[in-house]
Amino acid sequence: MKPASFAYHDPTTVADVVALLAEHEESRLLAGGQSLMPMMNFRFVQPAHLIDLNRVEELGFVRVGGNTLAFGAMTRQRQIQRDANVQQSCPIMIEALSHVGHRQTRARGTIGGSISHFDPSAELCNMAALHDAQLVLGRKGSQRTLDFDQFARGYLTTAIEPDEMLLEIRLGRWAKPQGFAFEEFSTRHGDFAICAVSCLVTLTGAGAIDTIAIAVSGVAPTPQRLRGFEIAARGQTPGHAFYREAAIQAAAIEAMSDAYTTADYRRHLARVLTYRALEKAVARFKSQDTK
Amino acid sequence: MLAGRGRFVDDIVLSGMYAAAFVRSSQAHARIKSIDTAAALAVPGVHAVITYHDLPAALRERRLPLFVPHPTLTARMQHALAKEEVCYVGEAVAVVVADNRYLAEDAVQLVEVDYEPLPAVSDCKAGAQAGAPRAHLDLESNIVSRMLSSVGDIDAAFRGAKHIFRDEIFQHRGGAFFMECRGVIASYEASEGALLVYVSSQGPHRIKRALLDLFDLSDTQVRVVTPDVGGGFGPKGSFYAEYAVIVACAMTLGRPVKWIEDRRENFVATHQERDQYWDVEIAVDDEARIKGLRGTLTHDNGAYTPWGIVLPWISVATVPGPYVVPAYHLEMRSVLTNKVMATPVRGAGRPEGVVVMERLMDRVAREFKLDPAEVRRRNFIQPSQMPYDVGVIFRDGRKVVYDSGDYPACQDAALQTIDYGSFRERQAEARRQGRYIGIGIGNAVEGTGLGPYEGATVKVATNGRITVSTGATPQGQSHKTTLAQIASDQFGVPIDWIRVETGDTSKISQGIGTFAARTAVNAGSSVHVAAVKVAAKAKTIAAKLLDVREEDLELRDGYVQVAAIPGSPGAASDNARQVRKSLAELAVVAAGMPGFAMQDGAEPGLENTAYFTATQSTYANGTAVVEVEVDIETGRVTILRLVLAHDCGRLINPMVVDGQVMGGVAHAIGNALFERMLFDDQAQPLSTNFGEYLLPLATDIPRIEIVHLETPSPLNPLGIKGAGESGTIPTIAPIIAAVEDALSPFGVKILEAPITPQRIVELLGDAALGRTR
Amino acid sequence: MTDTRDISVVVNGKSYGRAVDTRRTLGDFLRLDLGLTGTHFGCEHGACGACTVRVDGVAVRSCLMLAVQANEKSVQTIEGLAKGDILTPLQQAFQDRHALQCGFCTPGILMTMAEFLEENPAPSEADVRDALSGNICRCTGYQNIVDAVLQTADTLRKGRDAA
Repeated sequence: MKPASFAYHDPTTVADVVALLAEHEESRLLAGGQSLMPMMNFRFVQPAHLIDLNRVEELGFVRVGGNTLAFGAMTRQRQIQRDANVQQSCPIMIEALSHVGHRQTRARGTIGGSISHFDPSAELCNMAALHDAQLVLGRKGSQRTLDFDQFARGYLTTAIEPDEMLLEIRLGRWAKPQGFAFEEFSTRHGDFAICAVSCLVTLTGAGAIDTIAIAVSGVAPTPQRLRGFEIAARGQTPGHAFYREAAIQAAAIEAMSDAYTTADYRRHLARVLTYRALEKAVARFKSQDTK
Repeated sequence: MLAGRGRFVDDIVLSGMYAAAFVRSSQAHARIKSIDTAAALAVPGVHAVITYHDLPAALRERRLPLFVPHPTLTARMQHALAKEEVCYVGEAVAVVVADNRYLAEDAVQLVEVDYEPLPAVSDCKAGAQAGAPRAHLDLESNIVSRMLSSVGDIDAAFRGAKHIFRDEIFQHRGGAFFMECRGVIASYEASEGALLVYVSSQGPHRIKRALLDLFDLSDTQVRVVTPDVGGGFGPKGSFYAEYAVIVACAMTLGRPVKWIEDRRENFVATHQERDQYWDVEIAVDDEARIKGLRGTLTHDNGAYTPWGIVLPWISVATVPGPYVVPAYHLEMRSVLTNKVMATPVRGAGRPEGVVVMERLMDRVAREFKLDPAEVRRRNFIQPSQMPYDVGVIFRDGRKVVYDSGDYPACQDAALQTIDYGSFRERQAEARRQGRYIGIGIGNAVEGTGLGPYEGATVKVATNGRITVSTGATPQGQSHKTTLAQIASDQFGVPIDWIRVETGDTSKISQGIGTFAARTAVNAGSSVHVAAVKVAAKAKTIAAKLLDVREEDLELRDGYVQVAAIPGSPGAASDNARQVRKSLAELAVVAAGMPGFAMQDGAEPGLENTAYFTATQSTYANGTAVVEVEVDIETGRVTILRLVLAHDCGRLINPMVVDGQVMGGVAHAIGNALFERMLFDDQAQPLSTNFGEYLLPLATDIPRIEIVHLETPSPLNPLGIKGAGESGTIPTIAPIIAAVEDALSPFGVKILEAPITPQRIVELLGDAALGRTR
Repeated sequence: MTDTRDISVVVNGKSYGRAVDTRRTLGDFLRLDLGLTGTHFGCEHGACGACTVRVDGVAVRSCLMLAVQANEKSVQTIEGLAKGDILTPLQQAFQDRHALQCGFCTPGILMTMAEFLEENPAPSEADVRDALSGNICRCTGYQNIVDAVLQTADTLRKGRDAA
């Protein structure tokens, strides 16, 4: 399983990358390689030009802004896991990352690579949906910023144009204290999630819902927020009926089906995992255990 | 191995060696209309692109040899490359030989094969129906064998039986998935007419035999060597079409040629195992004792018959297990489908037989509201009944006669260890907490030490160094250690003074190979017999030279010496030094020394070759008991405890046996919970990488608790039985049983393997909604 | 079309300068160009871990890296673990505990576990199994591997305490 030949480029700046993208139509960007290299080894993908991003140091960063947490597209998953800022302010990200592949894949895999590839089951895509991510894209001579809903187009499909690249991912940061939970079902540890549900929640002093965000991934071709539920949830008191209602709405997501996994099972998992995620997030908030 | 100095086939580099890659059928069933190789040949660095029509005449005329024919079998074997019809996705259609694998794959992409697709057989049950498409165009029927296994009077057993229970059980395809893919290097030295083949196999003698059938070479022209092997588990014991093609390439091109299977090829071209559809009925009396068992097995054989009917036959012969089954009537039909061939994989059909019997025993227990352990107890063959003639014929042509074993004690040992007695309480308590745990039992009797033989040559060279040569072919079972240990026992030397040669047809004339848990018994016994004879001969010669009695001599540390007399003063050791001969001296004498006459008829040399022939298989047994928890909302199964009580006779090397058992258990867990090999309804493989076909990881295997029992085998000098598959064989059934037991409040029945979380949720229906209901 | 680059890599402490085809994987570079055949390919799609090596100390899948990406980096393979004939405590523990059978997956596991133990000197069994989950073994059932790693952690800790 050897890849087909390509012309190899290893630029060191973003400017060089986008210039190459503008020049060569049949090109692919190589980030961590954990998704692209297998496809190339299988020869499912045979780009004429391979643009290696691993020397573009300016794309590797974690920046905490006022209410954002920004990641350069080439930031390694392993680096994010070990970043003190992320651990402190975005513990749900750390939990999500613990499900992403294995230590050897996280050593090379990047956040930008995962999000550009946009596998429905990817935990980092779920995180982007949950945090109302803004995606900064660049091409030769210009940049643009898209909301997550504009960015997400469909199965393995984003709004990134052929001559464009993903530069930065900005997540909306939640203040502390926050309740969080990441519930995933995968067949084995480290496998892609068949279904993952993430939840961030804050309660009022009276114990009612103040803010809540829920993202369900692995079910539809793109991660889904339960926006209708989130809006209606404000002011409600969390408890069995509340979690059950969220669960039922999650189960209404139109689900994919393939030889291995039925749509019914995906929807069923969405239901039970949503219940668990909400329950756990609320409990975490209440215990003020935001670790 | 630990420092990276293993020597696997792909690590071997021969001067001037080329690399090969195969063009494989993308169709499950098709006619080949044309093959255009022009573009492929034009790739720089490509030396040949060979199709069927380019093969030497002998390979065009002959098909791959069948080593296990059977009167009921309508054999169907391949050509080395597909001639005009392809019958499974992955079948080799052409080969490219190039400077390296990268270039070879470039050229493979450029070979244009024009296929005319034909209807394909994807399911063996459907394929067995009249009017089904034919897996091969010229077949009258896809059913290539019907075999009946019959014991006692089944009609009488069922007639008037008050309790008859019937179940249909489905056991799904899976594969061995050794970590080292297959591989072969062929090198032909024309000036000497010498063919050297390196192959990752489970028996180079079998590979050699096939090559002798296909190429007109003499015995001494062909040497097949198996170096380090990265796992075998059965499928590396077959002779594959690729090996013949690579040999032909080497001979034609006059250069060594290497072909290493990559994982994509491994998924479609290495033999797999199963599907099996069972439809079985058990008749029991009022005490839940078996009166009879009957039914049918429809077996998916894949597209050709390289192993005849061995695999389903083993399944059928295994069903009775450790129980008294007075009447047994099982009709097997083996059906060709347009998938890669089914041949023995770890357990070789036995785990499937165990699943059938154990599911029926659990059914009886449920219907009678009896403890499943008690139902089994009532039906065990007792030790006093040994040797016990089961009545069925095994695939070695001999009757299944259990020679030894204590089945009740084995089950007891397992149940004690897992604290079975308190389980129902724990289960009830768990249910009160909303948790669902279950327990399952699996008993198995396993024919091991399969004949016809495995030989060993034990030789002391004229410099005193000791070698053991055998046709056994280890793939991680530590044979070299075990066999060295057996030999060293006779010579009284440390194990590492013995050099063990395996897997080389030039080092011993006849051999079979390592599979089916046969090496310790066969090769081990041969090593033992040969070592005993060599030791005896050494003593005979020494006795003459030293003018002492043979009975007073012992072998120790490279010498034959007068044994120390207990209680005599320290001077005894000085005396001993003068009254001894080194093995080197004795070997020199045995090689022929003037003035020393050999005994009449004695052959020269301090060596002996023994081929231990088992009169029949020797039967090991085991009981696996598994405790699981099922999350009814997701269907996830977690194994809480797994106990295996295991009797493989005398243990030579407990650590090695435990290693085999634990590895075997992991295969069972994979088969019970994870491994699904999917095809679509046109037999197109859908499981083609390790993201789809799931092997168990370190996070999926619990700690395995092993209890050893030792009932020595009366059938070989060492009293040993095989252990290589004993972790797998009893262990699939109890995992499934435990899941069913955990879900018993919901009335779920599980009659399939593997059982997945998705399927569990499906079977639970609304109950799976759990708290979200 | 062949696209070649000159690369300079330090492997197991030794410097190498080579011209390589840009599509050659790191694993193939080690095996074919440098003759270091201790690193094995089990799948070439990043699932089995047999090909694991350490690049600048980090355990990675060498089937998913290109040789050109190792330019000016330092690579450690299984051959660089032991010092001559003296096995590391981890390798010794594998031998003592019968943590390998066919040995094919072993180099990848040793490289992964070496990195893991450096970062986790006192792991629990669950930690070890989690770290091991990126390496597939089809022979051992993992138990002896886990025990060998735990034993090594113990040995190393005693060594540090004694020092």
